[in-house]
Amino acid sequence: MSDAAREFIVARFEDERRLIDAVRAVRARGLRVYDVYAPYAIHGLDAAMSLRRSRLSIATLAGGIAGLVASLAFEFYAAVIDWALNVGGKPDNSTLAFIPIAFELTVLGAGLATVAAFLSRCRLLPTMNARPVDAAVTDDAFVLALRCRQTAFDRSLVERLLFEHGAETVVSKVIEP
Amino acid sequence: MTAPVVARERRAVDFTGTRTATPWIEGEPTLREISDDVIRPLVTRPGFGWWSCFAVALCALLIGVSAVAYEIATGIGVWGLNRTVGWAFDITNFVFWIGIGHAGTLISAILLLLRQQWRTAISRSAEAMTIFAVMCAAMFPLIHMGRPWLAFWVIPYPNSRGPLWVNFRSPLLWDVFAINTYLTISLVFWYLGMIPDFATLRDRTEAGIRRAVYSVLSLGWNGSARTWSRYETTTTLLAGLATPLVISVHSIVSMDFATSVLPGWHTTLFPPYFVAGAVFSGFGMVLLLLIIVRTVMHLERYITIAHLEAMSKIMLLTGSIVGFAYATEFFNAWYSHNVYERYTFVNRVSGPYAWCFWTMAGCNALAPQLLWMRRVRRSVPALFILSILVNVGMWFERFVIIVTSLHRSFLPSSWTMYRPTIIEVGTLVGSFGLFFTCFLLFIRVLPMIAMWEVKAVARHASGAHV
Repeated sequence: MSDAAREFIVARFEDERRLIDAVRAVRARGLRVYDVYAPYAIHGLDAAMSLRRSRLSIATLAGGIAGLVASLAFEFYAAVIDWALNVGGKPDNSTLAFIPIAFELTVLGAGLATVAAFLSRCRLLPTMNARPVDAAVTDDAFVLALRCRQTAFDRSLVERLLFEHGAETVVSKVIEP
Repeated sequence: MTAPVVARERRAVDFTGTRTATPWIEGEPTLREISDDVIRPLVTRPGFGWWSCFAVALCALLIGVSAVAYEIATGIGVWGLNRTVGWAFDITNFVFWIGIGHAGTLISAILLLLRQQWRTAISRSAEAMTIFAVMCAAMFPLIHMGRPWLAFWVIPYPNSRGPLWVNFRSPLLWDVFAINTYLTISLVFWYLGMIPDFATLRDRTEAGIRRAVYSVLSLGWNGSARTWSRYETTTTLLAGLATPLVISVHSIVSMDFATSVLPGWHTTLFPPYFVAGAVFSGFGMVLLLLIIVRTVMHLERYITIAHLEAMSKIMLLTGSIVGFAYATEFFNAWYSHNVYERYTFVNRVSGPYAWCFWTMAGCNALAPQLLWMRRVRRSVPALFILSILVNVGMWFERFVIIVTSLHRSFLPSSWTMYRPTIIEVGTLVGSFGLFFTCFLLFIRVLPMIAMWEVKAVARHASGAHV
């Protein structure tokens, strides 16, 4: 990939209201927002960026079902098939008594699956060289990044548009992939 | 923002019963000032207050370590247990500590689902409290085993003894799974909440070991809106899972007793009664910790009187539920026409352990009623004293349930008394030492207030929110 392909226009805003304005304006011009960076989750930004509803809950459901089925099956195998031990004359298949553990493992499976899916989907892995687009986005800056395409991208027009919508600074940056 | 989202936001604020402008933060700090204030304890040297608390906690921990070492080396005969009272001090402590943890999950999960903004400043420390309390709790069944190095026998793994599987019908085994799940999910939730804050720390730290540690812990977090969007989904899903989990954990703890036939234990009231009691005692402990921390660490701006008042209202509610449960137990005993059940409750109020019962009733059912008064809810010294009373009362509640039910049950020839030995008292002191040592270290090495959550609320309050 050439340097030009990794070049971005990075606009920094003081608050979330101006940022959302700018996102709307940029998208209204038919430009694609590469990404937006903020120190906290901004409500209304998903709609402004037309982000799809997350499908992480599928992982939750899958993990939950896996935990439920595995724990019930194992309890049944251990207490009925492998070694049916008479405990106080209770039936070998004490289904009701198996439920609390099955419930706990359902929650455990669902919870761990959700977090694993979230981390892998967002590619969050232990790393020594994290490179945020601007070191202040984890503190108090709101940043909008647009990718510079070599064709059909009028830089001065975009910069003017961003300043009109309250950008404090607009700079070009080459971001390593 | 689209219209339906606006409506949801408004309603969310109304849930608090206050106006949008409720000052959950005093003054109007900028986002950078919030980071500065929260990070300050991590980068400055601790003051006299912190060192003196830490010294006391460490001494208590050493007492506990000695007591436990002696007990393991000698055997659980060093405890005051006998053939009639086979469960006493350590199970009391176990239930007490597990209960303490419940407030943390309530604050971080249930109040998140209810969109209560006041949870943001206190959720991180409440979650930390949960984790340390569960650690303290888990210690007690472990040392009660007598041979704790064989504790892994409670895990169903293919073994050379048959394989002989564990008994899945036993509430004690349910406890093993409930507590391990609870600890795991709480740890994951806690860590997940800290990832954005680790990124803030990373980006504010000069290159070096600290920065490397924060880099690894922050998992390359870059504040992307797409990540934030999924992050919110993930925390909501986890909160939805943690809510039934926390209810199940103390319900299962209560089944350790309720599934037996012992008068005083054998009741269907136990699960909801235990859950309410757990939240009650947990809020007592959160209040106690936060009153100390906001003073020692100078965080009055973020942990305001309004926060303390909100927590004291939950204490009033759950304390009243607990008081109602006490009354229900007595009614049931009378209504059952069961002589053993009736005697157990007569013995509770007038027997040799009556002073424990009256301490419990006074601290748990009566004292919190003072919180009906706004002046009490907004007085830090009053809340400090009340939170200590609640903790004392809830410890005695478990002692009363366990010991008074056991010491005089069906057979008068087996009736006996139980007195804790110095080793048992030392172990209890040690568990407090462990808890406070962990907590005091936590407030020095990790951001004890969720910066990103507070920032979102601060913006909301200042009207910058869209």
